[in-house]
Amino acid sequence: MDFVQIFQTTLAGFSKAAWETVQLTFWSLVLGMGLGLILAFFKISGNRILHWISNIYITVIRGTPLIVQIFTIYFGLTEMVVLDSFTAGVIALGIHAAAYIAEIFRGAIQSIDKGQMEAARSLGMTYGLAMRRIILPQAFRRSIPPLGNQFIIGLKDSSLVAYIGGTELWSAALSAAADNFQQFETYFVNGLYYLVLVLIFTYLVARLEARLDVEQRSAKT
Amino acid sequence: MIRAEKLNKSFGSLHVLKDIDLEVQKGDVVVIIGASGSGKSTLLRCLNFLEMADSGEIYLEGKRIDPDKTDLNQVRQQVGMVFQHFHLFPHRSVLENIIEAPLYVKKTDREKAEAMGMSLLEKVGLADKAHVYPHALSGGQKQRVAIARSLAMQPKVMLFDEPTSALDPELVGEVLAVMKELAQEGMTMVVVTHEMGFAQEVADVVVFMDEGRIIEAGKPGQIFHSPKEERTKAFLSKVL
Ligand SMILES: Nc1ncnc2c1ncn2[C@@H]1O[C@H](COP(=O)(O)OP(=O)(O)OP(=O)(O)O)[C@@H](O)[C@H]1O
Ligand SMILES: [Mg+2]
Repeated sequence: MDFVQIFQTTLAGFSKAAWETVQLTFWSLVLGMGLGLILAFFKISGNRILHWISNIYITVIRGTPLIVQIFTIYFGLTEMVVLDSFTAGVIALGIHAAAYIAEIFRGAIQSIDKGQMEAARSLGMTYGLAMRRIILPQAFRRSIPPLGNQFIIGLKDSSLVAYIGGTELWSAALSAAADNFQQFETYFVNGLYYLVLVLIFTYLVARLEARLDVEQRSAKT
Repeated sequence: MIRAEKLNKSFGSLHVLKDIDLEVQKGDVVVIIGASGSGKSTLLRCLNFLEMADSGEIYLEGKRIDPDKTDLNQVRQQVGMVFQHFHLFPHRSVLENIIEAPLYVKKTDREKAEAMGMSLLEKVGLADKAHVYPHALSGGQKQRVAIARSLAMQPKVMLFDEPTSALDPELVGEVLAVMKELAQEGMTMVVVTHEMGFAQEVADVVVFMDEGRIIEAGKPGQIFHSPKEERTKAFLSKVL
């Protein structure tokens, strides 16, 4: 067993693939947050049809395996348009994360005291303006811890894109192991990359949370 | 200035407002008193359409406001409201709280809005707190900021829903002092409160509500010293 040697021989490939994983995760979460916000609004809109659409979406996505979703989207979409595996991966992971993020946003929005909306409306703000300027900033801050958690899950989930021909971190492990026949060492080292990415990410989320915390901010000034 | 005619409002089977007629003259301070659950908050909330009355009419400066045909956001700009629990925006500094609506609703330019915000803060005695966040204020300070925030829209009428009920007793005075000053400057105000001293001293009209009805209205001297209705007497004997 030679971890050091495996580490050295895979360094270039794994680093490049880790960057691919970061990009895959980043774009899928951008998509997931956008879609998730729309679905959250559908749920709180009071419109029955929109509520129903949102519920079905969330039920289906949460009720089926991610790998099935990735395959369905990749092979389903390639019948219509030619998609590279990266784009298909972003779409599949984004659609998947949106179901969870929608619930995070919905919960956060509904956890904001009703008085905030009333105070904003009493000043003449429209519903949309009050949402945008008063409710959402507070809700977003509240959703950072669960969102961070969801991001970590998304980062690890992105490994499944290897199975539609992705070139991210896990696919690099699979091909490296096929070359060097040192499965254990190769997978172990690969896992360390994920761990480091998760730790970096956790740190960044904690930083963001502290920055958005007005109580800490004004305590310093 | 603002007038309600035959307002009715029910929550499910609970009939909360029953044929309410209320007229508030320009520059007057109308104080509404009454037991808990008598419909005081609901009445105020109907006046600025945070709650929709089931029937009846509301007139602002003589013009009937038809909720289906009027931009209610416009109406609310002219009818300020101060809440029992302040509802300051916790993610905005004190000054930002005050200039938020002028900036984004009235589209006042920032420099002007900030100057006005500062002068309002001076008026409520909190200029030194402009850049502090609400969590660092006492209840009395929060409520004074909330009053300034409401004033920043230059409303024609101000509604106060138990503005001092959530405050520690020693902080009540500073908020009432600001309200008194406003009244002296000629602001038209409708105030729901349990502060009978304030009512006696500042009110032009005192309105007693019970079980969704206005039982009696009159000058404070008359209501407090020679109430006509038994129910008013009974209520006052409990609170005075
Ligand atoms: N949104 C609502 N849904 C259902 N019932 C309500 C609602 N708002 C108020 N009520 C009920 O209407 C009645 C009148 O309430 P309101 O808040 O107007 O009374 P109030 O005179 O302001 O009392 P308090 O002094 O306790 O503030 C109460 O019985 C209350 O429970
Ligand atoms: Mg009330």
